[in-house]
Amino acid sequence: MTLFGFLRRRRSAPVARERLKILLEYERCLVSQVDLIAVLRQEIVAVVSRHVTIDPERVQVSVDRGREHSTLAVGIEIPNANGQKAA
Amino acid sequence: MSKVIVVTSGKGGVGKTTTTAALGAALAQTGQMVAVVDFDVGLRNLDLILGAERRVVYDLINVVQGVAKLPQALIRDKRIDTLSLLPASQTRDKDALTDEGVGRVINELRERFDWVICDSPAGIERGATLAMRHADEAVIVANPEVSSVRDSDRIIGLLDSKTVMAEAGKHMPKHLLVSRFDAARAGRGEMLSIEDILEILSIPLLGIVPESEEVLRASNLGTPVTLANPATAPARAYFDAARRLNGETVPMVVPSEKKSLLDKIFGRRAA
Ligand SMILES: Nc1ncnc2c1ncn2[C@@H]1O[C@H](COP(=O)(O)OP(=O)(O)OP(=O)(O)O)[C@@H](O)[C@H]1O
Ligand SMILES: [Mg+2]
Repeated sequence: MTLFGFLRRRRSAPVARERLKILLEYERCLVSQVDLIAVLRQEIVAVVSRHVTIDPERVQVSVDRGREHSTLAVGIEIPNANGQKAA
Repeated sequence: MSKVIVVTSGKGGVGKTTTTAALGAALAQTGQMVAVVDFDVGLRNLDLILGAERRVVYDLINVVQGVAKLPQALIRDKRIDTLSLLPASQTRDKDALTDEGVGRVINELRERFDWVICDSPAGIERGATLAMRHADEAVIVANPEVSSVRDSDRIIGLLDSKTVMAEAGKHMPKHLLVSRFDAARAGRGEMLSIEDILEILSIPLLGIVPESEEVLRASNLGTPVTLANPATAPARAYFDAARRLNGETVPMVVPSEKKSLLDKIFGRRAA
């Protein structure tokens, strides 16, 4: 084994540091994202329900994480006909 | 004013119980009234580390449920009379602890003690969240190793969201205690350095406890390391950490041959 290879094998801490940095950056926003989606979902259901009768189970909120921007997709299933509220 | 501290980590076996006993003893050795509370229901160990395992009659669950009064359950240390232990139950389930009941007991402890130090179980489940729930400050114990640092980050997230303080919109002060640090291996680049860990977690450093056989010796004897042999490196590290918790400024002793590292740590803590 060359001296260079020997050194590279021994110094594993820098690899650990880089792996951790990348992982934690991802995990931190993962946690806040889960919270954000739950809040958005709740509020969207509340707003839409004021006008249309919907099944909260049939509301989908998802995020697609892209490199430059992310896309927030909201899918709400609205029943046809007499779905309108009396008021 | 009394202070409630949770000693937590996420990862198991990193040194929470050792730290609770050593910090609790070090603070009590200064004459302040200290209670250490074992939240590791079903796997209690703080009694053993403090050499009080044969004196346990009642436990935290008994007090929470009103079966015993707090003074009946508290065990006063035979060597340091300002140190008391509230043990965990060994037989009951952690579900017997309610958030409201724990809050009541913590408030009662606040009235009697200057410091209430809660030894958290490992993990991020109910036992761990209950232990941190009513704390004013947190000591996060981490080992210089990837999985421990990752779990510490997770625990910091919980401290900032699941505690009474966080829910009231207040910021909970957090302190990092790096334990089982091996200066020689860190120096050779085989182990995460203190600097690496501080950069990743970005919370202030409370102390660095070296890997030491004195810790095992102290636990064999059932004596906190600060009492078993106050002159040893881990004992000195815990004494210094206790003084910093107390608000004193104590120079950080980095177990390292390299002086430049020491300077870097200073710079970071001051920043
Ligand atoms: N500085 C140290 N040097 C050497 N050994 C240590 C050190 N600190 C702790 N240990 C040892 O590591 C083991 C685990 O320590 P401890 O019980 O304090 O961890 P813990 O975080 O409370 O574990 P758990 O998550 O299971 O509650 C014990 O055997 C203890 O003696
Ligand atoms: Mg423990």
